[in-house]
Amino acid sequence: MATIPSFYETPSPAGQTGIRAWLLTHDHKRLGLMYLWAILFWFVIGITVGFLIRIELMTMGRTIMSAQVYNSAFTLHGVIMVFLVVIPVIPAIFGNFFLPIQLGTDDVFFPRLNLLSWYLYMFGGGLAVVSLFTAGGFPDTGWTFYVPFSIGTKHNVPLTVFAAFILGMSSMLTGLNFITTVHRKRSPTMGWMQIPLFTWSLYATAWVQLLATPVISITLLLVIVERLFSIGLFDPDKGGDPILYQHLFWMYSHPAVYVMILPGMGVISEIIPTFSRKAIFGYKAIVFSSLGIASAGSLVWAHHMFVSGMSDTAVFVFSLLTFLVAIPSAIKVFSWVSTLYKASIEMTPPLLYTLVFIYLFSVGGLTGLVLGAAGPNIHVHDTHFVVAHFHFTILGGTGFAFFAALHYWWPKMFGIMYDFRRAYIAATLATVGFLFHYVPMFIVGLMGMPRRSYDYLPQFSRGNGLAAVGGMLLFSGIILMVVNLLLSFRKKTPATANPWGGCTLEWTVPSPPPLHNFSKEPLIKEYPYDFSDILKNPPKN
Amino acid sequence: MTNQPDQTGVRISMWLFLYTEIILFGGLFVLYAVYFYDFSADFVQGGKELDRVIGTLNTVLLLVSSFTVAASITAIRRQTKRLCLLLLASSFLCGLIFLINKYFEWGHKFAHDIYPNSPALTSGPHGRNIFFGLYYVITGLHGLHVIIGMTLLGVSFVLVYQNKITAQRFALLENSGLYWHLVDLIWIFVFPLFYLIL
Amino acid sequence: MESTEQHLMSYKTLGLVLAALLLLTGVTVGVSYFDMGIFNVVLALGIASTKVSLVLLFFMHLKYEGRAIRFSFIGTICFLAIMIGFTFFDVAFRH
Repeated sequence: MATIPSFYETPSPAGQTGIRAWLLTHDHKRLGLMYLWAILFWFVIGITVGFLIRIELMTMGRTIMSAQVYNSAFTLHGVIMVFLVVIPVIPAIFGNFFLPIQLGTDDVFFPRLNLLSWYLYMFGGGLAVVSLFTAGGFPDTGWTFYVPFSIGTKHNVPLTVFAAFILGMSSMLTGLNFITTVHRKRSPTMGWMQIPLFTWSLYATAWVQLLATPVISITLLLVIVERLFSIGLFDPDKGGDPILYQHLFWMYSHPAVYVMILPGMGVISEIIPTFSRKAIFGYKAIVFSSLGIASAGSLVWAHHMFVSGMSDTAVFVFSLLTFLVAIPSAIKVFSWVSTLYKASIEMTPPLLYTLVFIYLFSVGGLTGLVLGAAGPNIHVHDTHFVVAHFHFTILGGTGFAFFAALHYWWPKMFGIMYDFRRAYIAATLATVGFLFHYVPMFIVGLMGMPRRSYDYLPQFSRGNGLAAVGGMLLFSGIILMVVNLLLSFRKKTPATANPWGGCTLEWTVPSPPPLHNFSKEPLIKEYPYDFSDILKNPPKN
Repeated sequence: MTNQPDQTGVRISMWLFLYTEIILFGGLFVLYAVYFYDFSADFVQGGKELDRVIGTLNTVLLLVSSFTVAASITAIRRQTKRLCLLLLASSFLCGLIFLINKYFEWGHKFAHDIYPNSPALTSGPHGRNIFFGLYYVITGLHGLHVIIGMTLLGVSFVLVYQNKITAQRFALLENSGLYWHLVDLIWIFVFPLFYLIL
Repeated sequence: MESTEQHLMSYKTLGLVLAALLLLTGVTVGVSYFDMGIFNVVLALGIASTKVSLVLLFFMHLKYEGRAIRFSFIGTICFLAIMIGFTFFDVAFRH
């Protein structure tokens, strides 16, 4: 069998060698991998900082750091996780690698712009590192940079928010590239209703990336302008309204959480049919719910502001709208579970992470309703209940979807398979650790423990102690998962083109794929989740 | 896997980029809308302190420059290269005069103690401070975009001159034009909001 | 998606649009010399919106673009309207 060289052997542009074949690449697959290593780096730093925060909270009073350092620690954890990890993780890694392949084409619409997005990402990360060491120290404002504190604090805020600004540009350009690719570079016979659900989720996400990110851009610029020129646009002493900062901030940052979760849901929508050997239930419902979440997500930002001092009318309106957003998400959960019903299910590591996702995200989403209800919100706002809620949705949701995607697409990206047993152990450890880490936070939050606070009252000791144990398990589980995946490079068990029996286009090309993805024009099935061929010829594991 | 450049795709992507610019300024318009509601009287007074004549002149300059840049596309497509270059140069010149006017406007204001965080502003009515604060931020950011737009026009001029932009391949010129029109669009709103709210 | 022959704007059309824009500018400036209370704002913004539409439709060719650009442009304006409008649920109803 004549083997076409893989994309590892064929640099694009041609003729590049060594590190330059990566740093100057136009190939979306290489860029996806470059993002993978960068984001994994930041993810490990981010969970380490989180782990240090957890150790500090293990005992009352000082454990390992001062209160001042603690404030910078949770700011750093938030900035890294939000801007450098969760927002780009699935689109930049798996979107870049697989969106063109799922569409039956050879690359994104603007390959060089794609490279620029990566450099902007690296530059933003670099600026964030530099801002750790400048005079004044890393910001202590929380990743939300609320005024007036962010304007007044002696810590170095401008450099960090400028880093976030640069990262926003990277995100916007990726969104622009994906939208244009989906519109203009699809395989000629692939209609809109034949696009795989992962790509659909990236398309919906790209619109949010494109339209919402500029709001944070101008907001962060205004913080810098205010620090430099003290105009007073948010300063009540000069006529400004600090609540307007919050409005502008959350106008981006709420849609941002949909940027975080939508691609994750797209991953789940791919994995479930593959390991059910059955078409996804409600393909169109999932498409429209993705678009619905993206649209409705832009209507609810002020549910972060119920106790800020805004009007009761706004509280009422935004609370009501927040309940509406839950509906399209619920539609997806119903569709996934319905797909599993009476299916011939094959358990694999990606499916395990997927099932855990469904559980954790559902809990996260339901607790979001508690927060979205204006009355209860007064009780739980700025407590650890909020912290637990968003870790259930972001880590339990997007995080576990990321782990699922890693395990699903690892053989395709690298042509090798990892050890299943260690993968299952890591997943179990992470899940158990996750629950013991975050469920206590719901409880101490309901009991009244404030977030972002260095010390706490004695009645919260037990919960925090339990959370620390959970944290250690969670941390170990994630590290074991990463180590297991990296060990696959040592053993190098080869993977076939379609080890799982998936029916989207990436499983029709070799593992790893050749440079231009397809050697001939791919055959587009009438329905993207048509498993009839797979059922006739199931893959041999 | 076609090698023909997809001009429609390139144009779509330019519109996508323009949307980000619209929303970027949109954030500032949110602030303006709210503060105008809060400080209507002070805003009206502030508007009276701005020079309507210069403002009108700047508006006319940008409108004419939008016309000339749109016409430059027709010119290159009709293969009248010299006319295209002349029109592009006119747009660039209009932008330059716009910026010079702005420089004098701001300078005049600075000389009268109206600048960000000036004692005259911070000790006066809150609405007046906010009005001029927004004035500087919005016209400043807009001015920055004028400079970027002029750079794009300059680059287009060179590429037309070097025959790298032709009657068949004019996407770069078209997209530079779109960016320039955006600069004009923003000013069309900025002008009445600051100079004509009286 | 469409024919390679993209619609060409004639100098005459462009010139007429410019004339309309200049006329509208004159009107809006002229009107500003008369005090009509809140109606000044309404009229100024109305004329500005008309001018913006002319630039968009003709100078920027939006009248002749396909569905993708038209729908996405309207979507962007809707988002902008929500950004401003929903903030007023707060600002306009404070005690």
